[in-house]
Amino acid sequence: MNTANHYDAIVIGAGPAGLTAGIYLSRARVRTLILNEGAVGGQMVLTHEIANYPGVESISGYQLAGIMKKQAKSFGCEIKSNILIDSLDLSSPVKQVKLTEGTVYTADAVILTPGGRSRTLGVKGEDEFKGRGISYCATCDGDFFTDKEIIVIGGGNSALEEAVSLTKYASKVTVVHQFDHFQAFEHAVEEARNNPKISFLMEFVITRFFGNEKLESVDIKGLASGVTRNFKTDGAFIFIGYVPNTEFLKGKVNLNQWGEIIVDSNMKTNIEGVFAAGDSIAKKYRQVTTAVADGTVAALAASAFINELRIKNKQPAEI
Amino acid sequence: MLYTNLKHLESAADHRKAISENENVMVICGRMGPMCIPVYEIAEELEEEYRHVKFYDMEFDNPESHVIRSLPEVRGFMGIPFTIYYKDGKVVKATSSIQTREQVKAILDREFSTTVKA
Repeated sequence: MNTANHYDAIVIGAGPAGLTAGIYLSRARVRTLILNEGAVGGQMVLTHEIANYPGVESISGYQLAGIMKKQAKSFGCEIKSNILIDSLDLSSPVKQVKLTEGTVYTADAVILTPGGRSRTLGVKGEDEFKGRGISYCATCDGDFFTDKEIIVIGGGNSALEEAVSLTKYASKVTVVHQFDHFQAFEHAVEEARNNPKISFLMEFVITRFFGNEKLESVDIKGLASGVTRNFKTDGAFIFIGYVPNTEFLKGKVNLNQWGEIIVDSNMKTNIEGVFAAGDSIAKKYRQVTTAVADGTVAALAASAFINELRIKNKQPAEI
Repeated sequence: MLYTNLKHLESAADHRKAISENENVMVICGRMGPMCIPVYEIAEELEEEYRHVKFYDMEFDNPESHVIRSLPEVRGFMGIPFTIYYKDGKVVKATSSIQTREQVKAILDREFSTTVKA
């Protein structure tokens, strides 16, 4: 074992849960490394304004992530971002993470905080027209669709709130949803229904995107009728929820049917010394505050586990 | 204002100077939004690895960014950031919206190869 690359704890993921775990562990003098495949801050950096983080009246997700990162580093936490994990051994007493560039890191405990990402439709033409009519961010790209007719795909809070927000620009917004009812809160549904620029296509799915230089139409299939027709549109905004980034954990820790990591109330997984926190665990509510709380619990539980291990290793062998 | 750690291009003159004085240039023209931030972060991370490339950002809402918004290569783009790659002052590649680290690296490796020309 390379002692320079051995840590008391490795945290995989640097969103609010991972950074909080890094802060708590490092402050408790637990030698900690955070490994992160994407941007530090996770989904949090994608939030334009956070106005419900207690103690902070208003801050951008990017700024809050920057402060958390600085705080973790100030306690001695090491952070390596934009890395790619090649393989992972969680079952052995000494956990091992190998990066694609060849470096191997080991630890006594691992906290998994890989977070989630926006779900894509996965239909033909989606990649081709991304940024050429297909968007996943109304705030970013809404003004490109001024006086244009667009569709919004999805039926949750994000879809309906963004549909309303897009009416500032678009002349007409059609919400396309696969079910006969919305998953969004009633107030969001009501606001969308009361907006004269918004119409609804319920029990419809998009099966293909078409265009030349930019998106021009979609194939839309009625789930009740089974009939597919072509629908002219200048743009498509996709808000169909999030998926946990847990593909690399399949067969290594217990996941539920949606790929979320199953943990107990102390954020322990089914593997000794392996904990999980944040948006990737099985839970109902996903907020920066809940991720921070999960990260705290996971760090305290991991810290206790490491301390027990230290005491155990100091005890003389039984005769 | 773009609060990234990249060098900022504030004017058309800055932009002209950057692409005329450097062989390989990447300019990310965007806002501080969810599709742009990951691309800035990737560029910041790659600055160390790609020392032969100069990385810049430019604010999309700055009127001076017309030098990017009016490029023929961005016609049809409807998602920020507009990321432009210049070789010897000429556009060699342009992308719209969010990109992954692998996508950015693939373009840098293809367009700005360090192979010595015969």
